[in-house]
Amino acid sequence: MGRIQLKGVQKKFGDVEVIPPLDLTIEDGEFAVFVGPSGCGKSTLLRLIAGLEETTSGTVEINGEDVTMASPSSRGLAMVFQSYALYPHMTVRKNIAFPLRMEKMDPAEIEKRVAVAAKSLNLTDYLDRKPGQLSGGQRQRVAIGRAIVREPSAFLFDEPLSNLDAALRVGMRLEISELHKRLQNTMIYVTHDQVEAMTMADKIVVLQAGVIEQVGSPLELYNAPRNKFVGGFIGSPKMNQIEGEAATKRGCTTLGMRPEHINMSPDSGEFKGTIGVAEQLGSDTFFHVHIEGQEETVTVRQEGQVNYKYGDTIYLTPVEDRVHKFGPDGLRIA
Amino acid sequence: MAIVAQQSKLSQIIWPVLAWIVALLFFFPIFWMILTSFKTDADAVKPEFLFRFTPTLENYTNMTDNYDYWRFATNSIITSVSATLFTLFVAVPCAYAMAFNPSRGTKDILMWMLSTKMLPAAAVLYPMIFLTKSLGVYDTKFLIVMVLSLINLPIAIWMLFTYFKDIPKDIIEAGQMDGLTTWGEVKEILVPLAWGGIASTALLIFIFCWNEAYWTVRLTTTEAATLSKLIEGNRAPEGLFFGRLSAVSTAAVGPIIVLGWFSQKQLVQGLTFGAVK
Repeated sequence: MGRIQLKGVQKKFGDVEVIPPLDLTIEDGEFAVFVGPSGCGKSTLLRLIAGLEETTSGTVEINGEDVTMASPSSRGLAMVFQSYALYPHMTVRKNIAFPLRMEKMDPAEIEKRVAVAAKSLNLTDYLDRKPGQLSGGQRQRVAIGRAIVREPSAFLFDEPLSNLDAALRVGMRLEISELHKRLQNTMIYVTHDQVEAMTMADKIVVLQAGVIEQVGSPLELYNAPRNKFVGGFIGSPKMNQIEGEAATKRGCTTLGMRPEHINMSPDSGEFKGTIGVAEQLGSDTFFHVHIEGQEETVTVRQEGQVNYKYGDTIYLTPVEDRVHKFGPDGLRIA
Repeated sequence: MAIVAQQSKLSQIIWPVLAWIVALLFFFPIFWMILTSFKTDADAVKPEFLFRFTPTLENYTNMTDNYDYWRFATNSIITSVSATLFTLFVAVPCAYAMAFNPSRGTKDILMWMLSTKMLPAAAVLYPMIFLTKSLGVYDTKFLIVMVLSLINLPIAIWMLFTYFKDIPKDIIEAGQMDGLTTWGEVKEILVPLAWGGIASTALLIFIFCWNEAYWTVRLTTTEAATLSKLIEGNRAPEGLFFGRLSAVSTAAVGPIIVLGWFSQKQLVQGLTFGAVK
């Protein structure tokens, strides 16, 4: 069981309000991802849940129990840190066993649990090494091992993959998703990478300046972003947002077009533009198109390998039923 | 190219030579003291006899037989060791709190502590003597341990603070998540990780305690008198007996020089305040 509920939780550092009062519920077994740009308060929110930071006001409840004043260890949560935070002077075995030793668990049981965790994380051969002798990915696995042996009611991940290289990141992403499917535990995952959020989450919580902008499943956020910020933040490459005539004639202030929802033609279309930089990925091509009267380029995704040259004249037309309309207040117009 | 190579070769010779000259200059008084300690008082004052003399152990036997060297040495050991332990006992939690739970005033407190080192000791000498006498602690080992601890606390806290700052806060927080109490954090994480830093701090504080003379000379008479007092006590009214004084001094600084020699690495690390790591 791991239902986490935040009621009117607020955090101030001195006079600076990092998180204005907010409410949020994470259901048992859910994989929730807090996503937002750096400094949006997502890590602070996680630390408030963990108990590493004290709330200024409001309550944190785990399984219906008020834990606002409880110590981090008594909340029954396990955390994986960005820096892994392994104990450098202990072997892998001792690192994983540490929380159990603190619980004064029977040594035979500790040994058993460590062995099981090590096996599931492919760490059996490294149990007698120290963290300094491991690669980044292995250290990350030790940190996860230290979390799973406790059998916590929820896992907290604070940007756990940002210190890994790109290839390893994808692998570890899958491993964590796999772990969630297997354990069915509540997991809260903090990241600034919207791709991680989209691929892993059951529920995404988009934050900006400590305020929850939207909560929903990845596809809900992708298909119906509540405002301009969420529209621009979720999806890669990011949504094109243009103002002016094209927007007013559709009855909105800002028109949002995802790169994959724009048709491109050399002959005719709604917007006339010239090709700027083209990014060839093999499977797709991203064109950055300069449109008259628009300051920012419009990104267009074309499937496969499309050959337009720099400076070519091109016409763009948005796919009408996939455009997003935002009003003067930045909110979505239904 | 050739010029550069020549220059670097030259500097390879010049710097070591300079270093040796400086080292010898520093060492010369100690060398002279050791040499003098094996001379009779009469030989000691004749500079032409720097190397030409008949070595004698008279000064040393005299020192142990007539001046109760071992009592002073024992006092030095007891007060220095106790003061070092007590200093660490207070400084470790203090530096821990400042490094991992800093408040707005932490920096000011650190500066204030350091500023106490700028107070001229003489300014508080008389109040200290009156106070300790009226409290009945004058010339007790307890007083010396307290005084040595208090004068060394700022430096100990500063040193430990810089070592502890090097420990990532995440590791401490991981410990909190794993169920460590504050004392557990110190015992299981802080001390094992900062062991080198704590050891060099302890070593340095011990040396400072051992060498302290201003207060140990003035706040003791016989009971708690340390080796500094023994050296001072050998300034006889009828003049300086260099042979005797040198023997006492050699016996006083000997242990600390040996200790320093064997722990050079730690000491250098300690004195650079964790800057080179």
